[in-house]
Amino acid sequence: MALEELYREVILDHYRNPRNRTALEEPHAVAEGVNPLCGDEVTVELTFGGEAVEGVSVRGHGCSISQSSGSMMGEAIKGLDREAVAVLSRRFQESLTSEDSNSESEFGELAALQGVRRYPVRVKCALLPWTTLDEALSA
Amino acid sequence: MLDVRQDFPAIAAGAGHFLDSAASALKPRAVLEAMNQFAGTVYANVHRGAYRLSTTSTELYEKARSRAAEFIGASNPDEVVLCRGTTTGLNMVAAGWGGEHLRPGDRILLTVMEHHANIVPWQMVARRTGAVLDYVGITEDGHLDRDGFVAKLDLQPRVVAFTGMSNVLGSIPPAAALAEAARATGALVVVDGAQLVPHRPVDVQSIGADFLAFSGHKLLGPTGIGVLWGRPERLEEMEPTEGGGEMIANVELDHSTWARIPHRFEAGTPPIIEAVGLTAAFDYLDEIGMESVAAHDAELTNYALKRLSEVEQLRIQGPLTGEDRGGAISFTLGDVHPHDLATILDQRQVSVRAGHHCAKPLMRVLGVPATARASISVYTNNEDIDALISGLEEASGLFGI
Repeated sequence: MALEELYREVILDHYRNPRNRTALEEPHAVAEGVNPLCGDEVTVELTFGGEAVEGVSVRGHGCSISQSSGSMMGEAIKGLDREAVAVLSRRFQESLTSEDSNSESEFGELAALQGVRRYPVRVKCALLPWTTLDEALSA
Repeated sequence: MLDVRQDFPAIAAGAGHFLDSAASALKPRAVLEAMNQFAGTVYANVHRGAYRLSTTSTELYEKARSRAAEFIGASNPDEVVLCRGTTTGLNMVAAGWGGEHLRPGDRILLTVMEHHANIVPWQMVARRTGAVLDYVGITEDGHLDRDGFVAKLDLQPRVVAFTGMSNVLGSIPPAAALAEAARATGALVVVDGAQLVPHRPVDVQSIGADFLAFSGHKLLGPTGIGVLWGRPERLEEMEPTEGGGEMIANVELDHSTWARIPHRFEAGTPPIIEAVGLTAAFDYLDEIGMESVAAHDAELTNYALKRLSEVEQLRIQGPLTGEDRGGAISFTLGDVHPHDLATILDQRQVSVRAGHHCAKPLMRVLGVPATARASISVYTNNEDIDALISGLEEASGLFGI
C-alpha cells in the first residue's frame, strides 16, 4: 500500500534516531533552512579536511520526511569531497522532482525517500535539508 | 443533529471528510447561486451610477450591511464596516484607532491564544506609537486565565483585544464578562469573532465590546468579504487606513474630507458580488437558526472529544470537555508529526489542518511545534469523525505506536 512506501522503516528509524545531531564546535560552513509554510527547520554544519567533508551536523525539527532526509543526508555526505557532495545533492533533488527517475540504486538508504514522489506537497519536506546543504556549500 | 449535507455541492463533488472548516468553510448552494444570479443579471458598480443597474447593485450591497447588523444584533447598519475579513478589520482598528490614540507607554493587552491577525497589527501599531504589548495566559485546561486577566487590568491597558473562540484550543472565553471588566477600566475592547460568529448566536449588545471583526468565508460565505462592527462613537474616533474613491466627502488638491461612517472606511470598489454572497450566508444560517447551529456544533464536539480521548497516546490541546468550547479541536498523536498525520489522513479523504494555525506564540506556550486540528461546521457528521479516528489508528499502526 502507498502509505507504507512513504513511511518505510528506515525513514521512521532516522526520524526517531537522527544521526549527526551534535553541533560542531567550529564549523567551516553553516546554513539554516526553514519551510515557512509548515515551520520545519534544519541547520546544517560542515567541517572540511582539505576538500573532503570531515564533520557533519544536521539538526532541526519537523516531520518524519524532512528530519529523516536530513539524517540520511548527513550519513551520505560524510567523507565525500565538495564536488561529490554537490553532485549527490543535485542528483538526489532531481530524482524527487523530475518526471522520470530510475536512479534509486545510486542513493543507498536515501532511496527510501523516493516514496515521497507520490505526495507532491511533501517533496519539499524531503528537499529542505538538501537545499540547506547547498546553501552551506556555497556560503 | 443537522442534516444539511445536500446543500453543499462540494460534498457531492468529493470534498470527502472535510474537517478544516475553521480555516475556511464549504459554501452552500444558496450562496453560490445568489452570487452567480447577481453577477449575471443586475451587477454594476455601487454608490456612483444614476442608472438602474447601479441602483439595484447598491441596494443589494447595502442589504449585506443591514443583514450583518441584524445577524450580530447591532442597532444600526451604520455600525457595520464591510471589509475584506477579520484580518483587515483588526488591522483597521489597530492602525486607525490605535494609531490615533495610543501614546508611548500605553498598554495593549492581548492573550497568548490569539491568532496572528490579532497580534501582528498590534505589534505594528506599538512600534509606531511606543505602546507596549502585554499578554494574558491560559490555564492548564486550555481556557483563558481569568485571574490573570483581572490582574492585568490593574495595569490600566488602553486596549484589550481577545478572541471570541480560539482557533487552536477551541476554548470560548466569556466575552461579555471580559468586555465589561475591561471597559470598566476605560480600555477599548476588541473581539476577534472569526471563529465565534460562525458557530454561536452573537449579540454585540450583550457582549458589550467596542469592536468585533469576523470573516464571511468561515461563515459559509465567500472569501474577500468580512465585517468590522464598531460602536458609532468609536468608529468616529477611528481614522481611515485607506484613502480613495467612495470614502470621501470632498477632495481638493491639497486635502480631503471624509465621508460619514461607515463609508469612510470603504475606499475603492468594494466586494459587491461577495456582499451578495454574504447576505445569502446570513440568510442560510438564520434559516437553520444559530441556536441549532450551536447545538449541532456542541453535540459533534462532544462526540469528537469522546472518540479522540479513546485513541492511545493522543493528546488534545485545549479543553477536554465540551463546556465553553467550540468545535476546533487540536491534538497530537505520540511522536507522529502533525504533517505526517495530515498526509496519512488525506489518503482516507480526511482533511485536517496541520501546523501552527497562525498562532505561533500559543504553540510555544503549549510546548509543541505544531498540532493537527479537526474542526466542525454545520455539514460535519459523526461519520466524518469516525473516518478521522480510523485514520488516526492507521497512523498509529504505520508509526508503531
